[in-house]
Amino acid sequence: MSSNTHSQTERHIVFLVLLVAVTLPLLFPIGWKTEVSGYARMAWQLIDSTPDSSVVVFSFDYDPSTMTELQPMAEAMLYHAFSRNQKVLAMALWPQGVQMADQAYAKVIKSFPDKKYGVDFVNMGYKIAGIVTIQSMGKNMPEVFPTDERGTKYADIPMLKNVKTLKDIAYANSLSSGTPGIKEWVMAAHDAYGTPVTGGTTAVSAPGLLPYVNSQRQLNGLLGGLKAASEYENLIGQIGSATVKMDAQSVAHLLILVFIAIGNVKAFLVRKRSKA
Amino acid sequence: MKRNLPLIFAFLTGFLVVISEFIPHRPFSLMISTLQNWFLIISGFAILLGQISLFQANLAKIKQKESGWYFYLAGLISFMIMLLTGLLWGTQEYKGILGHGTHLQSLVGSKPFDYLFDFAYMPLSATMFSLLAFFIASAAYRAFIIRSFESNLLMITAVIVILGRTSFGSMLTSWLPENLRFWHLPNLSDFIMEFPNSAAQRAIMISAALGIIGSSLRIILGIERSYLGGDK
Repeated sequence: MSSNTHSQTERHIVFLVLLVAVTLPLLFPIGWKTEVSGYARMAWQLIDSTPDSSVVVFSFDYDPSTMTELQPMAEAMLYHAFSRNQKVLAMALWPQGVQMADQAYAKVIKSFPDKKYGVDFVNMGYKIAGIVTIQSMGKNMPEVFPTDERGTKYADIPMLKNVKTLKDIAYANSLSSGTPGIKEWVMAAHDAYGTPVTGGTTAVSAPGLLPYVNSQRQLNGLLGGLKAASEYENLIGQIGSATVKMDAQSVAHLLILVFIAIGNVKAFLVRKRSKA
Repeated sequence: MKRNLPLIFAFLTGFLVVISEFIPHRPFSLMISTLQNWFLIISGFAILLGQISLFQANLAKIKQKESGWYFYLAGLISFMIMLLTGLLWGTQEYKGILGHGTHLQSLVGSKPFDYLFDFAYMPLSATMFSLLAFFIASAAYRAFIIRSFESNLLMITAVIVILGRTSFGSMLTSWLPENLRFWHLPNLSDFIMEFPNSAAQRAIMISAALGIIGSSLRIILGIERSYLGGDK
């Protein structure tokens, strides 16, 4: 067997083992507990301490490719905001974020049948131009959003009657998987207008955003990946999709560690053999 | 003049934006609001430009029968299907040229565009991203080998962070007494992310920001002209 064929076979074995390792915990949950991190608690505190009837922004800055990680966060945070009786303005800096917002609303609203569109929540749709959109929201929101996603004029949306600029927003929550996203919200909303910003991102993007969680509170906590989503579900006392999927992710991570160990043992043996 | 006019516009606009940051009062605040509105409008046209460019680039590759041309064809067909279903029957509350397509809605449960988005685009898109897990596992097995002190350090850090990010990792060291909580895997992982990682990330951010300031100044002052096209 040539080394290339051998390497291909190894790859296929790795793929197959990983597939089995991810599938089994989804079918038969293990129920491992998730410990809540300081970053998730900080985000939770911001939403929890925001007064009733405040208008808050949820910016859906991602598309379906990262929804496995970000949609559970969006749903958990939306659930928390609704349970605190906050009025949620959803928007999107990514084109497909609009559908993500609609799906999150559709799922969470089942637990809050009394909430009414336009009174308790609204979807303003997609806005192009990233950071410039946020900067413009700081000056004149009705100009940025002449209508909502359904075509209702800004002035006719009851919950936005007293909302003219970002300063009238209690906090902005950006669920983001890239640019534009959290970084733009920090720069244009927090740093320029003092609007508190929190958010969630994919596990792979989180390390790049952690410097913003600092003593100036540029970012009020950060949810990074599925684990943080399950931590948030834990904080609000809900067992959502993140908690269910977390077992599979934990097993996959452990398996990757096992692969690293096997790879190193193999490399060590090859080196030993070549020296001999 | 053909090249000088855009340079003058770039200089004036760049200068205005910088000045308005330091003097956020009239007339600069009004000027900057107008510029931002222009930017929002122009960005809208960029989507149209992108779609035309995508169509032309793919069509050219199909005509020339480049290797894997059938993938470009599949891309174009998918593009056209989404475009047509959206135009003909609209999306969500918006009606299309042929109305809301109530007959089709009764057949598939939602509008054709929404149906395709929910049951074709979304799963395919999520699948593409989740395939990464398989490549990461394979790459970890083949490439994460201890060869030097640095790679050893990287390996130890990676193991701590990976374990700290799993529910299993927190169970592993949950028995540690209170005075040894720092060594609890999630805490150790958070420490790595909060201090060494943040320090390195800040260094990268500051360097990148300095680079952006430098290149922006070059554009404003007309030293950097590659955005005008051509190489002169």
